Amino acid sequence: MGFDRLTKGFSGLRVLKEGLTGNKGWTPHWRDPEPKPEYDIIIIGGGGHGLATAHYLASQHGITNVAVLEKGYLGGGNVGRNTTIVRANYMLPGNSEFYSHSLKLWEGLEQDLNYNVMHSQRGIINLFHSDGQRDAFARRGNQMIAQGDDAILLDREGVQRELPYLDFDQTRFPIYGGLYHKRGGTARHDAVAWGFARGADSRGVDLIQQCEVTGIDIENGAVRGVQTTRGPIRAKKIGMVAAGRSSQVAAMAGMRLPIESHILQAFVTEGLKPCIDHVITYGMGHFYISQSDKGGLVFGGDLDMYSSYASRGNLPTAEHVVEAAMTLMPVIGKARMLRSWGGIMDMTPDGSPVIDRTHIDGLYVNCGWCYGGFKATPASGHTFAHLLATDTPHPVAKALRLDRFRTGRGILDEEASGSQHNLH
Amino acid sequence: MRLPCPICGDRDRREFYYQGSAVALSRPAPDADAAVWENYVHLRENQPGDLDELWSHDAGCGAWLVVTRNTVTHAISGAKLASEAAR
Repeated sequence: MGFDRLTKGFSGLRVLKEGLTGNKGWTPHWRDPEPKPEYDIIIIGGGGHGLATAHYLASQHGITNVAVLEKGYLGGGNVGRNTTIVRANYMLPGNSEFYSHSLKLWEGLEQDLNYNVMHSQRGIINLFHSDGQRDAFARRGNQMIAQGDDAILLDREGVQRELPYLDFDQTRFPIYGGLYHKRGGTARHDAVAWGFARGADSRGVDLIQQCEVTGIDIENGAVRGVQTTRGPIRAKKIGMVAAGRSSQVAAMAGMRLPIESHILQAFVTEGLKPCIDHVITYGMGHFYISQSDKGGLVFGGDLDMYSSYASRGNLPTAEHVVEAAMTLMPVIGKARMLRSWGGIMDMTPDGSPVIDRTHIDGLYVNCGWCYGGFKATPASGHTFAHLLATDTPHPVAKALRLDRFRTGRGILDEEASGSQHNLH
Repeated sequence: MRLPCPICGDRDRREFYYQGSAVALSRPAPDADAAVWENYVHLRENQPGDLDELWSHDAGCGAWLVVTRNTVTHAISGAKLASEAAR
């Protein structure tokens, strides 16, 4: 093992050796293969979840005759444009065990992948600003502890110790305290996609970029393969993992999904010296923030709140986010905003995802991650790979059913706002 | 983004509340089966391009509008009162 790490893979020894020998031994992270005529499994979508699925198919189930088809470049969608937060603070059975499973995978991910995803358990503090909100957060914290994860209810002084730079006595929304989830934090989003891609490729999975799926071939109620911009490819099973584009992919199979695509914006300031050590969420407006390892303050808010495939945000939402930021931490007014962007979110009516079979034999769907897909990346791949390999749902993902919207049973409405589009 | 309210003229997006795809104009019969209701309540075409959607001019005249908007470019190609569209 020690010798291996000197000649391939990543390790301190390897960095030392390459540094002393002119860095001539590094090789590309993955191959650039031509598509084969047939695979056991095709994954449509080379984002975080698709690449994670391929990695776990190969590493957990020994299924390596797999292709990931990506119309652009690997990790070029939402996994490359998010606010990188990793947490397990869900409340409802069905969600809580899934995200708990995901956080445990995160905690071992760098060893599993031999790749530095810069997972940083810096802690998340959700602020509350009223007695009612404190009760709700205390309940959520208890649910998190019951699930086996961690939560600490901080009073005002407790938050002041951790986050002294906040404006605690805002006229309208003074800070009463916060729910502290210490195992939460952030990870380097691109590295997550690259690590999973490298893990899958090294085990023989073909990662095929610039290959757009233009049709899904179905005969007698079963999938046969796909049509692509690089020719037809046959497959026994197909997994659709297309996030904001899920409805377009599903339409090729004649399906309508319980999804509306919306835009979520995020913002980054210029690089600053370390000043924000945690992830902080404001309880009385749509604003959350952390600081990247590069120094930029990374923050975001709510959806633009109308259907959009525009990949860019609107001004009213940007204004709201910045107003909330200035209310909570006036110090942020000194920072200059570097850039903002918008990603296409696959919003479900109840705000929870879908990992399930479809009514078509061999066609599986993984979608509906709304604005919270990043933290789910390992568990989404892990459980979707389990479903594709064994045709049975993984125990922690068995509630993420597609038919819950028809039967009404098992709706996973974390915010208790009703199972209806535009409410999450 | 501005929406052309047939009563008030071009008004800022902030004055409007969004209700999504204008499916409410074709509500199924109460005794329709579960698949029909699922289709109405939850399933959506959700393709990029022109979409008929419901907006309420909350901070203006209060009228419900059916606006045809392109979900890629945000170009608006039509707006009428929902009360007329429903007829």
